[in-house]
Amino acid sequence: MRLKTFPGGLHPPDNKQYTAHKAIVDCPLPAELVIPLSQHIGAPADVCVKVGDQVGKGQMVGQARGFVSVPVHASTSGEVVAVEPRPHPAGKPLPAVVIRPDGEDRWIDGLAGIPVEEQDDDSLRDRIRAAGIVGLGGATFPTHVKLTPPGDKPIDTLILNGVECEPYLTADHRLMLESPERIVDGITILQRLLGVRRTLLGIEANKPDAIAVMTRACADNGIEVVPLAVKYPQGAEKQLILALIGKEVPSGGLPMDVGVVVQNVGTAAAVAAAVRYGWPLVERIATVSGPAIANPQNLRVRIGTPLSHLVAVCGGANGELAKIVMGGPMMGSAQLGLEAPVTRGTSGLLLFGPGQFPRAPEGPCIRCGRCVRACPAHILPTSIAACARQGRFDEAEGFDAMDCIECGCCTYTCPAAIPLVQAIRQAKAAILAKRRKG
Amino acid sequence: MLASILSLGGIGLLAALALGLAARKFAVEVDPRELAILEVLSGANCGACGYPGCSAYAKAVAGGEADPTLCTPGGAATVAQIAHILGVEATAAEPQVAVVRCQGDNDRAKLKYHYLGIYDCTAAQRIADGPKSCPGGCLGLGTCARVCPFGAIEMTAAGLAVISREKCTGCRKCIAACPRQVIAMAPLRATVHVLCNSQDKGALVRKYCQIGCIACHICQKTAPAAYVIENSLARVVYDQQDEAAAAVAKCPTKCIRDFADGYPEGSSFVAPTCRTTAGRAA
Repeated sequence: MRLKTFPGGLHPPDNKQYTAHKAIVDCPLPAELVIPLSQHIGAPADVCVKVGDQVGKGQMVGQARGFVSVPVHASTSGEVVAVEPRPHPAGKPLPAVVIRPDGEDRWIDGLAGIPVEEQDDDSLRDRIRAAGIVGLGGATFPTHVKLTPPGDKPIDTLILNGVECEPYLTADHRLMLESPERIVDGITILQRLLGVRRTLLGIEANKPDAIAVMTRACADNGIEVVPLAVKYPQGAEKQLILALIGKEVPSGGLPMDVGVVVQNVGTAAAVAAAVRYGWPLVERIATVSGPAIANPQNLRVRIGTPLSHLVAVCGGANGELAKIVMGGPMMGSAQLGLEAPVTRGTSGLLLFGPGQFPRAPEGPCIRCGRCVRACPAHILPTSIAACARQGRFDEAEGFDAMDCIECGCCTYTCPAAIPLVQAIRQAKAAILAKRRKG
Repeated sequence: MLASILSLGGIGLLAALALGLAARKFAVEVDPRELAILEVLSGANCGACGYPGCSAYAKAVAGGEADPTLCTPGGAATVAQIAHILGVEATAAEPQVAVVRCQGDNDRAKLKYHYLGIYDCTAAQRIADGPKSCPGGCLGLGTCARVCPFGAIEMTAAGLAVISREKCTGCRKCIAACPRQVIAMAPLRATVHVLCNSQDKGALVRKYCQIGCIACHICQKTAPAAYVIENSLARVVYDQQDEAAAAVAKCPTKCIRDFADGYPEGSSFVAPTCRTTAGRAA
């Protein structure tokens, strides 16, 4: 049978063999946890502790500001030793709460699960928000916002994203193998909150073990597990919807415009933990991999753990480092160093030595059209990039630059090594700046 | 033969007649002053006046909507000519030029990462606020040089924009293009400038730049009226220009420069080596 997928895309070497077979390991506590107040899309949290305070694991250290915002929590018990700007994965110092662990790792008193069946929907949403749950696929959009669709946009389908199409990353893969019950429990809570008729779980066909485990776990819950073709960016929200239910999200629209909400499997597990046990989001699974790490692993890591600690736990780096990437190699962000901490969006940490990542001098466009064929958003990367680099941003907008999902397929496939997605991102930023000005 | 000459010639005559009548009937009235003003404008279409090109400005001036002193590339001479055409009194504002407030080229200021992306300052600034450790320093990728309609900006080999005083007309296009506000306007007659744009505290500036302002206040103590210090950054009060020169020699990081002996052109610009901080950075 032909596997479902979307038109376009490509298949970079997935390099998942480094960690796919390795069980998730608990990362030991570091000497210091740096918990940034900005770990999600939306307004950063407002700090609500001061230096010298003793905090328990799961205690709120920053409260949400506005609807599109979530609180942040202490990832272990200990003393607040600083509240100051610290290096952040975004590349600049941002306000953070620094905690020195006391080693007891004691949960704050009063955390308890709530019986799902007896609760009304609003109190469940409040619980999910208070636990600081955001999209753990990497976009970190506050989950409670997605679970509160406006009344004129009825949601009939819930899609779970277990695709993990980025090369190297295996965090979701391992989670599906090791905690299928918790994921399914989370899915049933999400199903109830959204009142959906249909629930689908998409998994790339290169994870047959995860497909088998999840099919068994989902059998009695009305969740359809669908194997998908192995192709990047199969895990991108709009491409996943198109592959699974054949609906295309309109230009400039959201999945809710076609009656769909997409959630990552890791998010579903976090929702279950928050509702059943009352645990805030204080840890996540991250893959530490790449050709320059001694012992690649999947780690269950506390939010706020410095990247240097992750590298040390994985046996250190093999020789000189030339590139450090947080997230996957296609859409992740390069880091200035290993000082920044793990945040809620850190799905992986990849290390590369000199010569271990492709770099070629840029040449002229030879009009081969490979970027156009690879583009999953069906836009013309080469035309948009050409406009962007001449500052013709209105024209770039006319070529639907805003539909770009920044997956990087165009740059990856370009034989002339033209930084296409980078130029399109510049155009998008300029167009957004103009729209803001009005 | 004759028939064809007559018929073609006849068509030609008729068409000429029709065109001539149409030109009279549908003539567009143009204010002769507008054409005269367009003649004296610089023709660079730089947009410094705030209008889309010289012809739009000429029309606005002739129509009395725009101030006749706005053509900075033309300077005082153009203002005088426009005033003559309009029969009004107008004096040009004091001529201004753009100044790059940074001497921290790649030899003198540290980089926080090696930028490999699109060769453009705006693109570089989007990646973790630019590759320079200094948040205000010149990124050196030449976006300003490419937008300058007068070819007045040159990049030094070490990656620093240098603006020619002779060629700069004060159109401000570079100021709009610079993503870090490194470039600012200063009066043409001013020779003393603080060439630094970092608002970080002195201790931090020392860590990443040999030649940045560390807000030590020595300039202000030497010439109190000529300098103000805001956000850990000294600035020359250009009205008190004469006094400012006294502090130049005392600046420990040599970020205050006096160009009384002539402003270097383009790549001949050399930033001084500072003895007190040399070797600390870079």
